[in-house]
Amino acid sequence: MTSAEHKKSMYNNELESSEKLTNTWESVIGLEVHVQLSTQSKLFSGAATAYGAEPNTQACAVDLALPGVLPVLNAEAVNMAIKFGLSIQANIPHYSIFARKNYFYPDLPKGYQISQHENPIIGPGHLTIALENGEQKTIRITRAHLEEDAGKSLHEGFENMSGIDLNRAGTPLLEIVSEPDLTSPKEAVVYLKTLHTLVRYLDISDGNLQEGSFRCDANVSVRRTNQKQLGKRVEIKNLNSFRFIEKAIQYEIDRQIGILEMGGSINQETRLYDTDKQETRPMRSKEDAKDYRYFTDPDLCPVVINADFIEKIKQTLPELPQKKHVRFQTDYKLNAYDASLLTSVRELADYFEEVVKEKVPAKLAVNWIMGELAAALNKSNLSILESPINAKRLAGLLQRIADHTISSTIAKDVFEELWLSNKNSDEIIQEKNLQQVTDQSTILKIIDEILKKYPEQLADYKAGKDKLFGFFVGQVMKASGGKINPQQLNNLLKEKLDH
Amino acid sequence: MHNYTITELSNALRAKKVSSTELTQLFLARIDKYDKILNSFITVTPSLALEQAKRADLQYQNGSAGSLTGIPFAHKDIFCTAGIKTSCASKMLANFVAPYDATLVSRLNQAGTVLLGKTNMDEFAMGSSNENSFYGAVKNPWDISRVPGGSSGGSSAAVAARLTPAATGTDTGGSIRQPAALCNLTGLKPTYGRVSRYGLIAFASSLDQAGPMTQTAEDAALLMNVMAGFDEKDSTSIDQPVPNYMLTLNDSIAGLKIGLPKEYFSEDLDPKVAATIQSAIKLYEKLGAKISSVSLPNCHLVIPLYYIIASAECSSNLARYDGVRYGYRCSNPTDLKDLYERTRGEGFGDEVKRRLLMGTYVLSADSYDAYYAKAQKIRALLIEEFKQAFQKVDILLGPTTPTTAFKLGEKINDPVSMYLSDIYTIAINLAGLPAISIPAGFVEGLPLGMQLIGSPFTEEKLLNAAHRYQQETDWHKKIPEKFNL
Repeated sequence: MTSAEHKKSMYNNELESSEKLTNTWESVIGLEVHVQLSTQSKLFSGAATAYGAEPNTQACAVDLALPGVLPVLNAEAVNMAIKFGLSIQANIPHYSIFARKNYFYPDLPKGYQISQHENPIIGPGHLTIALENGEQKTIRITRAHLEEDAGKSLHEGFENMSGIDLNRAGTPLLEIVSEPDLTSPKEAVVYLKTLHTLVRYLDISDGNLQEGSFRCDANVSVRRTNQKQLGKRVEIKNLNSFRFIEKAIQYEIDRQIGILEMGGSINQETRLYDTDKQETRPMRSKEDAKDYRYFTDPDLCPVVINADFIEKIKQTLPELPQKKHVRFQTDYKLNAYDASLLTSVRELADYFEEVVKEKVPAKLAVNWIMGELAAALNKSNLSILESPINAKRLAGLLQRIADHTISSTIAKDVFEELWLSNKNSDEIIQEKNLQQVTDQSTILKIIDEILKKYPEQLADYKAGKDKLFGFFVGQVMKASGGKINPQQLNNLLKEKLDH
Repeated sequence: MHNYTITELSNALRAKKVSSTELTQLFLARIDKYDKILNSFITVTPSLALEQAKRADLQYQNGSAGSLTGIPFAHKDIFCTAGIKTSCASKMLANFVAPYDATLVSRLNQAGTVLLGKTNMDEFAMGSSNENSFYGAVKNPWDISRVPGGSSGGSSAAVAARLTPAATGTDTGGSIRQPAALCNLTGLKPTYGRVSRYGLIAFASSLDQAGPMTQTAEDAALLMNVMAGFDEKDSTSIDQPVPNYMLTLNDSIAGLKIGLPKEYFSEDLDPKVAATIQSAIKLYEKLGAKISSVSLPNCHLVIPLYYIIASAECSSNLARYDGVRYGYRCSNPTDLKDLYERTRGEGFGDEVKRRLLMGTYVLSADSYDAYYAKAQKIRALLIEEFKQAFQKVDILLGPTTPTTAFKLGEKINDPVSMYLSDIYTIAINLAGLPAISIPAGFVEGLPLGMQLIGSPFTEEKLLNAAHRYQQETDWHKKIPEKFNL
């Protein structure tokens, strides 16, 4: 966390004892998020960035830091950073520079990371988040800067040695630093999810948490509610799931309050979250803080961005999630909850709009997309883009529900068929003869058959056992193969029985 | 034919008076004969050379030869050459075979030069005497008890003894010009960004620049036509058209405004050196140049300035030599810290370690502002001073070095006195300017160099002024007798 407030507050945790008694605690959280940009090639070399390749097959001479090689900036990464800057209404400086962050580690081939220090590509901006209680809160973003990722050290499978995989070395990251504006672990997660949705919308990252495309460090401190100065902060490193982030921050808040209430003081340090033990433990303290000896990278020229260039990128910005959320409520008369579910993923929103375009009622579309379809995708671990049922085919099914050709129950069977085959709904309905029976004489015929089949029950019903009405509905439905419109059946059966 | 310039060799090849194979054999034989004394080559590549020569001879037969085709040549061992050891004269890279060619190497390969081998140098180009080499000191052909200068001392000794007609060098604070001066050669340090640094093993990225070391300005022009130009692999190379440097060599220099920085002619300057430079100035006057005095008031700060900036950059540039991926690795490291400490402790020489320590210190949080940040400000001032000087004059002229070649071992234990031997060359790198050193006479039997300095991208003008001077003098034609057999 580089925010000035946190730095200034380093030594301010002493409290008047009287205040301790009268005030409760509040937590202050700032986040640094590392977003892996989805460029084809690395930030400073032409090597590919795809995840999961054989170790060291995607590391070229530049990534290996061979003697004599030089970095060349990937223009696409700059475009992506600016896209992000525009989406958070950030100040985009005219001039930005790359700096070297020097430290030794085996998976850092050059012995320094090319990052940005004093002149980041994106200046101050802000992100609005929707809290659980429906209120909105604006979180200030301090800056965002471009930097290259390191490789990976592999400590398993090598006897007394470590392996180094440099495939990830040089992969572009956008580090997004927030001000300490977040006050609870829940808020932190809402902010992260909002940010996650945003970068996916902008199509600048795949946002894959498991593969490390979206990682977070959290700066956490606590203070008495009436205290102005910030408490000493602790940095929690490398959190890569929303659930762990929430747990780690909560653990850290509780730990700090516990220490302070016992009269202790917080050690300014970096801690790691242990996902097995569900606790944070010290990694290094301020005293061991490394001196990174930042200086301007003399191998790279300053990045100069003019207004025309920014304007050009602005034209390529998609509709952003918050705007889409509002529009879905007005255009499709959706409630806020449905709108936020649909707009949480850009591709999902697109899918929904494609379905609705086929004259499917919006509410019906939401119910099916977030219900049957979401469940099926989830079960097969597929994304909406990988759905075996595309928007057109789902729309075809929903049209038949809307025009009462089939019932919702039958529709579920058709859905399963759609999932497994390439047929469209009409073909399936036709082949399996699934159209709803609406012809009155046909329905009455079945009703007569059933009443004949169950004379005892009929007698009981007539004697006043009203509950048996449901029994007759079930039997008739079963005999029809579920194809009778339930409302129509109710009416006709009632008429017959009460005659 | 060993004392022919590239231009003369090229003519002989074209006239079929000699074949490239014969020339290559001639120079390989000279290396074999003389380099035991000089130690100017780290690696000699006879089979590759003869193979390239054969190809060149075919080109002469089928008429596709260019002006550098078949010319025997040598590269400073700081340039990566695919499949050939590229050591940077360090134990650290003594086993390193580059898997790729530096841009400059591939440009010269394409032009048809024949690679005789890789020349000795100060380790990682850090030094002014070529005594800081893992492969041993290089000797000056003019007096083998003296240094050839550094860091491109192998290239300068080899060309001076005509073991190769020309060679490449690199210049971070004077490493082309100072050895050229001490060995009676023409050495050009181009404008920063004029020649690609891709594949040049970095010492100080904001100062390093490659250039030719030749017998004449004409040969330098010929080589610059191939070496200069934008390279997309080097973000600091500048996309500006490359002129044909040969076309302006013979232009008249009547009316050329030459400035003499008064700080370069202070009372401290050895009178014999001063007198030699003065006679060169007289000759320029005779050729029609207008001489005036200019001032570079912050010039006296260049040595500390340079050792802050160059050391800071090298401390970072050399961090990659950690024993993990290539190069030297200490035996049986017990843990990571031990691997780093012993690999770097055993792999680097003393001068390199001295600069790594200095550089690490000046970049550390507690001293950054006092050293590195301040040095950047003074560097900006210096650039401004040169700019102002070039509003009054076309080029600057002064001695390349304060003295002629000093004795081997004379300064090696006195780093500050060693550093002072670059006092006239360093400012040019800090300001990113082009400068050429050319033979200006002899003092007590040892060659002395004169430096012409230009504003950015005026290599044409410098080569023109140097060439005109060489048309009127024959200092540059002098060859150390012992090696002129």
